Amino acid sequence: MNDAGATSSAPTLLKVEGISKTFGTLKANDSVDLDIVPGEIHALLGENGAGKSTLVKMLFGSLQPDGGTIFWKDQPVVVTNPMQARALGIGMVFQHFSLFDALTTAENIALSLDEKIAISTIAERARALGDAYGLPLDPNSVVGDLSVGERQRIEIVRCLLQKPELIILDEPTSVLTPQEAEKLFETLFKLKSEGKSILYISHRLEEVQRICDRATVLRHGKVVAHCRPSEETPSSLASMMVGADVDAVERAPKEGPEGDALLEIRDLSRAAASPFAVPLTGISLTVKAGEVIGIAGVAGNGQGELFEAISGEVLQKAAGEVRLRGSDVGRLGITQRRRSGAAFVPEERLGHGAAPTMKLSENLLLSRYRTDAKAFLGSLGVIRTGAIATATKRIVDEMDVRKSAEDPEAAALSGGNLQKFIIGRELDRKPAVLVVNQPTWGVDAGAAAKIRQALIELARSGSAVLVISQDLDELFEVSDAIAVMHNGKLSTPLPIAEATYERIGLLMGGAEPGHAVHGMELGAS
Amino acid sequence: MEIAQNILLTIATAATPLLIAAIGELVVERSGVLNLGVEGMMVIGAVCGFAAAILTGNPWIGVIAGIAGGALLSLLFGFLTLNLATNQVATGLSLTLLGIGLSGLIGEGFVGQAGVRLPTLDIPVLTDIPFVGRLIFGQDPIFYMSIALTAGVMWFLFRTRSGLTLRSIGDNHKSAHALGIPVIRYRYLAVMFGGACAGLAGAHLSLVYTPQWVENMTAGRGWIALALVVFASWRPWRVLGGAYLFGAVSIGQLHAQALGFGIPSQLLSSLPYLATIVVLVLISRDRRLTTINTPASLGQPFVPDR
Amino acid sequence: MIRIELIRRPQQSALFSALSPFIAFALTLITGAILFWMIGKPPLPALYSYFIEPLTEMWSVHELIIKAAPLILIAVGLSVCYISNNWNIGAEGQFIFGGIVGSLLPILVPGFGGPLLLPLMMIMGMIGGAAYAAIPAFLKARFNTNEILTSLMLVYVAQLFLDWLARGVFRDPSGSGFPGSIRFPSAARLPEIAPSQGGAHLGIVFAIIAALLAWFMLRSTLKGFEVRLIGTSPRAGRFAGFSASKMVFFAFLTSGALAGLAGISEVSGAIGQLRESISPGYGFTAIIVAFLGRLNPIGIVAAGLVLALTYLGGEAAQISLGVSDKVARVFQGMLLFFVLGCDTLIHYRIRLVRRAIASALEKS
Repeated sequence: MNDAGATSSAPTLLKVEGISKTFGTLKANDSVDLDIVPGEIHALLGENGAGKSTLVKMLFGSLQPDGGTIFWKDQPVVVTNPMQARALGIGMVFQHFSLFDALTTAENIALSLDEKIAISTIAERARALGDAYGLPLDPNSVVGDLSVGERQRIEIVRCLLQKPELIILDEPTSVLTPQEAEKLFETLFKLKSEGKSILYISHRLEEVQRICDRATVLRHGKVVAHCRPSEETPSSLASMMVGADVDAVERAPKEGPEGDALLEIRDLSRAAASPFAVPLTGISLTVKAGEVIGIAGVAGNGQGELFEAISGEVLQKAAGEVRLRGSDVGRLGITQRRRSGAAFVPEERLGHGAAPTMKLSENLLLSRYRTDAKAFLGSLGVIRTGAIATATKRIVDEMDVRKSAEDPEAAALSGGNLQKFIIGRELDRKPAVLVVNQPTWGVDAGAAAKIRQALIELARSGSAVLVISQDLDELFEVSDAIAVMHNGKLSTPLPIAEATYERIGLLMGGAEPGHAVHGMELGAS
Repeated sequence: MEIAQNILLTIATAATPLLIAAIGELVVERSGVLNLGVEGMMVIGAVCGFAAAILTGNPWIGVIAGIAGGALLSLLFGFLTLNLATNQVATGLSLTLLGIGLSGLIGEGFVGQAGVRLPTLDIPVLTDIPFVGRLIFGQDPIFYMSIALTAGVMWFLFRTRSGLTLRSIGDNHKSAHALGIPVIRYRYLAVMFGGACAGLAGAHLSLVYTPQWVENMTAGRGWIALALVVFASWRPWRVLGGAYLFGAVSIGQLHAQALGFGIPSQLLSSLPYLATIVVLVLISRDRRLTTINTPASLGQPFVPDR
Repeated sequence: MIRIELIRRPQQSALFSALSPFIAFALTLITGAILFWMIGKPPLPALYSYFIEPLTEMWSVHELIIKAAPLILIAVGLSVCYISNNWNIGAEGQFIFGGIVGSLLPILVPGFGGPLLLPLMMIMGMIGGAAYAAIPAFLKARFNTNEILTSLMLVYVAQLFLDWLARGVFRDPSGSGFPGSIRFPSAARLPEIAPSQGGAHLGIVFAIIAALLAWFMLRSTLKGFEVRLIGTSPRAGRFAGFSASKMVFFAFLTSGALAGLAGISEVSGAIGQLRESISPGYGFTAIIVAFLGRLNPIGIVAAGLVLALTYLGGEAAQISLGVSDKVARVFQGMLLFFVLGCDTLIHYRIRLVRRAIASALEKS
């Protein structure tokens, strides 16, 4: 463990000693120590569930620590609410934005400022600030109409308007294209040159190595290291973050002859369902047996809408727009599509993929009551609790789902364990086609690796797997080819050997021509 | 022409309680809380207003009592839904049931007694202007309050920072909380305002409309007020329009009954309720309109992480 | 200043699920005692009048059963609705409509008799209630119209419709000008269970059977799973392949049918004619019964008996203590409030917190 403390002459800006926070039985933060000096970009590293968000919420006053002290400019402080944090000079840009869709940009910013200034004045200041830092925004736009990247700009500008000395950024690049991330880094360097400090939360090692001066690594709520990222390698950082060696995902290359097309999407279109939704236009894609196709894209470009269209939660106009194993299913609902051999895992675990207040055994029934009616249901629709319990146990053992009771409610499981169960539930059926949206979002590294391995193995055993993900690293790990969604349109898939982060990144930003129109590629570069 | 002015006056009297109750509920719903107890708070306002006016002989004390009664009852609703995060639909219903039961109890001793009427405005010269004098200058004080309330709420919601904050809570209470806005405090104030308005509306019924106490005298007006808020897409001036439309339907059917067209009185009496259904269907058919205008956090319980 | 903090439990507390109605009842008793003391009536005798006295005589127990039957029957239907997140507030109207349609045969075809008459009346009552409930269901499924307001508006319409029928078309010509239909012949009257002991009619049997069937359905069948899933997680319900709009109809029609059955049972069993008013607010009290029974059909049977007890108690206390019978209504309202408040403990732990005194230091 390297100890890279502050040089003794510079006063510390923020110092945290022995901070702890417990939620029920979970110790989210366990005696955390950390210090930041002025003009520093300090990384807070850790995988999902390590306690990073909890720590910064306490720095910002959204949560109260159960133990320990916070020092601001060498004075102990108690930060009781965000307003006080702002008054001290701490600003925060959350990973999940605190914005109001129905209000304008200027109104949104006004609500986060503590002084009561006229909205027109705020609009002007915001516009000027945005231009100064490379974050242009339109004060009169309604937030509900904006893209994720634009919304983040509002969050950053509103933070900067309070003239903070410490800016906390929680996973800022998770919603940006690689090119947008570059722009963000420029802004951060400008802020650093002005003597401001940045607490940069991330689990992306290459970024951290590029832009951060020092790092504090959290694992399971405890600090495991303070270090200088530039002196580390990605793998040494990774092993600090994750601890025991995580099995690398093995992707054996696809062998053998091309399999049958098991999932075909042909010129799928869908009008926007609500004022803030994204319409789908002319989407075409084929997934063959034995392969994993990945769909990349920044959040909010129609991924959820595409998932609903393929799964049958929303029906298509023409039956042939979606084909499963050679039959048209476009006019059939999700139950019929499941009976045709398809399985689906949506982005949201609680409330969509599983019912939070229902037990695991009941959640098993959720997607399998028709496909497994013989096994799970008796006459008059009576539920066979014994058969379901057996199947539940089988899935739990297979996927190594950790839980605190025999048959707990879904909401009681951690994100990673619930996701393992949900995917395991579908894999247990040995589906011919699996469509999964954000397979490892918010899931710890161990569970994520297991899930990705399972997806690859399902494909190699002869099924067709479609993975929609915002995580490029993940897609490069599991996919045989990657297509990109932008504004409701899908590009032609790039075979993995030809795909680079740069090319995919450009497509994510909508820059490069190459979007498929009925199978023809326009203007190859 | 005097007949026309008389009819318009009766429409205004019929519309006023609907308007006040609906404006109050509009503010509550704009903050993201659904209070179905308007009928209960209204009838409590009616009985408290009536009782206080008779006991003191002063109708203004009755007005204050009505407002207080509605506000107090709303506090109970606020405690359950805001502090204990109970289901808002069920709690609102129980508020109505409790309010109706409690008002029956309180009002038992007052049934059949002649009430104290709130005097109408009477400005020399102005009130006597033909055709419009009484309409503009000769109405009961609560009518003027209703117009002032509508304008006031409009100004508050759309021209003040507090109003913007309230609307933001109704749009996304999680974001509001993350920004440090005191969500529960705002909602409490909104709920109490709604209760005070419902109470005032009830007092209007027993002090102006028909100065007497009859059990359940609100006869569903609280529910119609709730429908009005939806119908108006949560906008104050539209509430005024809707209230007067309903006032017109209510008065229209009363006159039709009096004229004895041969239509059964029960059918005519059911017109306001049927009209409410029709209006609700019409407004909810436009999904785009409802999605944009409905406060997004309406009815959802708020339990912040601490 | 003390603030209440709610901390979400990882799982619903089974302990409080079972205890909450009892705690609520106890709190109501205590508040009731305080209320009585405040209005100058001796608290313990008053509570005795309310809750014990009606149980001491057999005929009174029969009265209890007569009042509990429609409450239970309606509340069982409401529980299916509320669990699936369909807020049927118009059970009172469906009760009335069921009573009307079920009475068509004895009123319009007086000669029709025989053993088929009663079953037909019951079935027609169920159809009438279901048909009336189909209106708000259709409006919700098709136009997304708020079912609370539509079903409630229809209550007023049903009451006015009944009033018109009883005073007009259905009025008994030989009834001396009083509103109300002809008195039903015995072939059209629901038989009593134990005539020598009291007047309780078969309605209670319907209620218990309905409760058992509903309990079994909700707990152990796929349909019950569908009801519960759509109610708690509509998006997961759609993901499961269930149709939310079909559930709207299922819930409302079931609830309407049961309310309609309660209506015709009341008319045929308890009253004996179709009058201008056939319900002392059963449709609304049933809402309280449904919540007090925690939306569980078996719990609803118990809750129905408790609430029927408050009706009787109100009458008893009026006679023995001069307490207004309206106090019963207040009791019922209070009970529901306490039930809702106690239910919070099922989902959350409550913590009382002293507001932290801010001690932000000045920037130097």
